[in-house]
Amino acid sequence: MENHAINIPIPTREKMFNMSPLLRPTLGNIITWIILTVGLVITFIRFTQGIGSVANLDDNAPWGMWIGFDLLCGVCLAAGGYFTTVACYVMGMKHFHSAARPAVPTAFLGYAFVVVALLYDLGHPLRLPFMFFFPGTTSVLFEVGLCVATYLTVLFTEFSIAPAEWLSRRFPIALKWRFFVNKINILLTIFGVTLSTLHQSSLGSLYLICPGKLHPLWYSPFLPMFFFVSSMVAGASMVIFEGFFAHKGVHQYMDAQHLRESDCVTLSFAKAASFILMAYFMLKFIDMLVQANIPYLFTGYGLWWMVEMFGFVLLPALLYAKGSREGNVRLCQYASMNAVAGIVLNRFNICMIAFNYQLPAAERYFPSLWEICISVFVVTMIVTCYRFIVYHMPILYEHPDFKDAH
Amino acid sequence: MNRRKFLAFLGSASVVTAAGVTTTATPAKAGVHTFPYYPESYGVLHDTTRCVGCRRCEQACNIVNKLPKPEKPFTDTSVCETRRRTSAKQWTVVNKYTMNGKPVFRKLQCFHCNDPACASACFAKCFTKQPDGSVQYDGTQCVGCRYCMIACPFYAPGFQYDEAWDPLVQKCTFCKPRLDKNELPGCVEACPMEALTFGRRTDLIKVARARIASNPEKYLDYIYGEHDAGGTAWMVLAPANPKGPKVPPENPALAGPELKQLGLDTHLGNQPMGELTYGALGAVPMIVSFWPVLFGGAWAMTKRREAMYKAEQEKTVREAREDVTAAVDAVVRKIQETEGDGAADRARKAMAEALKARDDAAAKHGEDA
Repeated sequence: MENHAINIPIPTREKMFNMSPLLRPTLGNIITWIILTVGLVITFIRFTQGIGSVANLDDNAPWGMWIGFDLLCGVCLAAGGYFTTVACYVMGMKHFHSAARPAVPTAFLGYAFVVVALLYDLGHPLRLPFMFFFPGTTSVLFEVGLCVATYLTVLFTEFSIAPAEWLSRRFPIALKWRFFVNKINILLTIFGVTLSTLHQSSLGSLYLICPGKLHPLWYSPFLPMFFFVSSMVAGASMVIFEGFFAHKGVHQYMDAQHLRESDCVTLSFAKAASFILMAYFMLKFIDMLVQANIPYLFTGYGLWWMVEMFGFVLLPALLYAKGSREGNVRLCQYASMNAVAGIVLNRFNICMIAFNYQLPAAERYFPSLWEICISVFVVTMIVTCYRFIVYHMPILYEHPDFKDAH
Repeated sequence: MNRRKFLAFLGSASVVTAAGVTTTATPAKAGVHTFPYYPESYGVLHDTTRCVGCRRCEQACNIVNKLPKPEKPFTDTSVCETRRRTSAKQWTVVNKYTMNGKPVFRKLQCFHCNDPACASACFAKCFTKQPDGSVQYDGTQCVGCRYCMIACPFYAPGFQYDEAWDPLVQKCTFCKPRLDKNELPGCVEACPMEALTFGRRTDLIKVARARIASNPEKYLDYIYGEHDAGGTAWMVLAPANPKGPKVPPENPALAGPELKQLGLDTHLGNQPMGELTYGALGAVPMIVSFWPVLFGGAWAMTKRREAMYKAEQEKTVREAREDVTAAVDAVVRKIQETEGDGAADRARKAMAEALKARDDAAAKHGEDA
């Protein structure tokens, strides 16, 4: 176990960078380079020729893939940040500490790239700060924008401990910053969960204004609550899901503590996610009954709703329950994939599939190949940045200079 | 202070604290967030029983607003057959609908709501309801998020997707520049059938009622836009179904199926669309004020539990230590009695060393855990 920690290529004062894993011509890296190149070309086209040159967006579907996936799913799947830090620092579950360390940079990257992706979708990306100068306080989007901007700052501050530890060997001044952030860590965590509650739910509130456009099975006055509750599931599931991939890709950078705790983290989070998914299923089911939506169940959309509810809410809940009960880590990982797919499906339904349900098929939206490429490009950028961070900063291991500092 | 004003006040207050700069810092100005109903405001009544689908209104709109030339000329009325919507290039379109087997033409444009969904939705305050009844859009502060287009229940605003550098939302302006010069809107002036009647909104409702009353066989007893979505400046009169059962006055549920054939949604409710979001927005201050207390409390409880656990543990350790010390003393005394002083000293030393080794081992183990 001890030997394992020694093998981690921790950057030193002489050798601050460890870029070779990113530059080696492996299959993964080559695919990454191709995606990034294609993405840059489309980016150039998008910003010189206009949105219409790459996107299938139209007047009936002003929000498509970029909002549906990059924004709605991006924010939701970055919920691991608040979920894990609250469990670890507020609720005092110290054995989740090795999960909280990677969850914070993941959430920070998630939010940062939500903003990046948003710039593609905005007609006037440079005017994004205008919302602070001409605040439309009656708008849900204003609340979302304000919360995301503030939360991004909070996440950056929480995350900054890792680069500070990395850079401190060259620039000791970073230690002062690290000390300061550590002092206010609990404040940041509580501020973070408050902001997360607000904007996770507000993403659902965005659709409260258009009851005529969103199918009744998905429209509900409780949309904000659904979005918030499902973001908790997303947070827990993404920690398990990412853990699974991290073990495949960057296993070498994990220290003994991380490896020892990771199974426990998976099983505990699976248990939590199982309960929350069950509650979410009941919320949605009761809401369907209360709104007298049973007749809609016997339509095409009703069938689709049931696919979502049974195949992507109830099924992962049961898989999680079985996995955590039997201590089956692999099953919990499959359940997390199912749950994450369910979250994405739900956001796609609300943003695209059940939106404008009354319009004839010819006027409906389907994303163009280039829109999907941009979304893939953004995800690839997140993964690449995550790899850079893991290769350089103490995310999956504790920095030897700061042992027992937490 | 009603809820909306309260929200607006909170909103401007939070912006002061969050951004440090604000344009709505003064309480008096906070009122701009509310959309009062202007009793003197203008509107247009569109009588679909008179409309013949000649597209003169479309042409007039195109000319007075200097919109791009369409592919097909305005004299080609066949385009009314296909379902169209307003866009950045066409601020008004006339569609042909089939209502109870008969063709009916309806003109589509911005309805100029009393309390517009677009204005509620815009996070950069681009839309304002004017005292003259029109809903105006100021593109100079538009971020291009297109939430107004999501929010609009009438699918009215269009976006310049092909514009690379300055794409904006486009919609009917109620011919604001012409209204200011005491001229009629272009489409109203161009209509040869008097299907469009311009006037004060309150008068138009009276006109519509009078038309329905004088010809109950001809008109559906429902003024679309009088209350729908909180009321709109542009309102629509629809023909009645001569063969069907008579729809009782002002009944959105029963008039619904009739108006649906004309592409009009009666399920929007009588409240402004924005009010659907005010409940959620009203929860914001609650969460902001209560969540820190809730989670701070949880953290404090965790801290206290940890402290209690630690104290308990220390107490147990201390007691165990005292027990051990007492036992060692007793043993050493016993040895001293039976074996003499030398043996007692050796025994004490050996036991002290053994205890120290155990403590060290325990401390090392604790570090690992």
